[in-house]
Amino acid sequence: MKMKVTIPGVAAVLAALALPAFAQEAAPAAETVVEAIAEVAGDVMDKGDVAWMMTSTLLVLFMIMPGLALFYGGLVRSKNMLSVLMQTTMITALVMVIWVFWGYSMSFGGGTSPFWGGFGKLFLTGVTMDSMAATFTDGVVIPEFVFIAFQMTFAAITCALIIGSFAERAKFSAVLLFIALWVTLVYFPIAHMVWDGAGLIFNWGALDFAGGTVVHINAGVAALIGALVIGPRIGLGKDMMAPHSMTLTLVGAGILWVGWFGFNAGSNLEANGGAGLAMINTFTATAGAILAWSALEAVMRGKASMLGAASGLVAGLVAVTPAAGSIGPVGAIVLGAIASALCYFFVAVVKNKFGYDDSLDVFGIHGIGGITGAIGTGIFTAPSLGGTGGDDFSIAGQVVIQAQAVGVTILWCGVISFILFKVIDMTIGLRVSTDDERQGLDLTTHGESAYHA
Amino acid sequence: MKLIIAAIKPFKLEEVREALTTIGVRGMMVTEIKGFGAQSGHTEIYRGAEYAVNFVPKIKLEIVVGDDLADQVVATIAKAARTDKIGDGKIFVLDVAQAVRVRTGETNDDAL
Repeated sequence: MKMKVTIPGVAAVLAALALPAFAQEAAPAAETVVEAIAEVAGDVMDKGDVAWMMTSTLLVLFMIMPGLALFYGGLVRSKNMLSVLMQTTMITALVMVIWVFWGYSMSFGGGTSPFWGGFGKLFLTGVTMDSMAATFTDGVVIPEFVFIAFQMTFAAITCALIIGSFAERAKFSAVLLFIALWVTLVYFPIAHMVWDGAGLIFNWGALDFAGGTVVHINAGVAALIGALVIGPRIGLGKDMMAPHSMTLTLVGAGILWVGWFGFNAGSNLEANGGAGLAMINTFTATAGAILAWSALEAVMRGKASMLGAASGLVAGLVAVTPAAGSIGPVGAIVLGAIASALCYFFVAVVKNKFGYDDSLDVFGIHGIGGITGAIGTGIFTAPSLGGTGGDDFSIAGQVVIQAQAVGVTILWCGVISFILFKVIDMTIGLRVSTDDERQGLDLTTHGESAYHA
Repeated sequence: MKLIIAAIKPFKLEEVREALTTIGVRGMMVTEIKGFGAQSGHTEIYRGAEYAVNFVPKIKLEIVVGDDLADQVVATIAKAARTDKIGDGKIFVLDVAQAVRVRTGETNDDAL
């Protein structure tokens, strides 16, 4: 139940606080120490919300550094460990700078175009520490810098996800150039379309709570295109390419799970029941997904592996990302399990059948998981299935809208990614030389070894 | 002097070391190796991709002893390392031309 804050109410609290010393024992209500910093008369900034959003932002950064870095790093051969860590680190830094320069403006700059946010807030012009950003509750605001930082980490992690598909063979400079162009031409417009009040997909009524389309389908599709354009690793199918450290991969997976609470529950923008719902869904969907993948693997392969469980873990998190704020916790278990099964199928069967080398299964897990989650959101938001949909919620209707959102994302991302990869390949080249690939990227690109035997 | 090279199953190392110490062997070199003989490897599957792992981990021992001890060393290793299953290993004996103790400069049998 939302707490209604009225101007007389706020004035009364302020008056009470102004009373002399003995009034200190009159403590305000537990969660809401209300401070009326009025940009617009009546807007309220709640310190609990702000504290939660700042924490969420850190959690998402933690997902990248070192969560994703270790998750991916452990999966490659030891001679390429540092290349994965480096690409993750450099992409994070690069995208953060770009975000502050033009990314925030292009995504949420206040422009009224359905496709992008304009250049009104280039270099964050006009934003001060007193600037406020809206939440999903009318009249409740959070500092704009906090919102900017939060969204910044989303842009960074989306880009970092992509590199998994062409790990162990991509040219470092090409990766950075691709990311700089891709984040500008794909991520910012799609973030605007899905999450900004003026956005095309937002105004269709598509539900994407924390970024099933914006982050996961986007990254997955770009990754698939990249893997196809760059070609498979030398020795695929013959050389031993097993993960060099499942231990580190599990460390990374654990960090991803914990950090994802910032990703999902933080996307609520307030610390209230909505965040609580997103939080519990982030637990249950993941649990369902882990169990489903391991069970499937035990049946199909004979043994349940750590790699499988870690993959299921991520698949569940990806699937619940668009749904976290609008489905029920039991529905989340089912959604996680379904997404896990579909991702398993793609990773273990489809990929080998078509012979493409999506090395770390970015499309198989983020792409397919994101699509499943996006469509599944349309189903499990139904009140009959425990979701938060209203009495007039139509599963069929919502699924159509979700499918449109998915379609636009795939098309926009797919076409532009393909062009970017091709152009970069024709100019500076996407791939390292055969010799460098055999020796390992750590030594040849970065002049370092991860481990000294 | 003889150089005895033995490939044995890794879990047998402690047993072999103890048995050799009992008969008077005062030093050995141990390396972790991979290899195959009659015992072949296995397949591993990672996310649907199958890999044939052709090599099996083993321990290699290298021991240099005087001619008088060599046969006994071979027999001791063979007995301690044996499990009667495929993959128990092999022992080879080579002649050594020279030996030197680094600390004192003693040579040949005095170096062992």
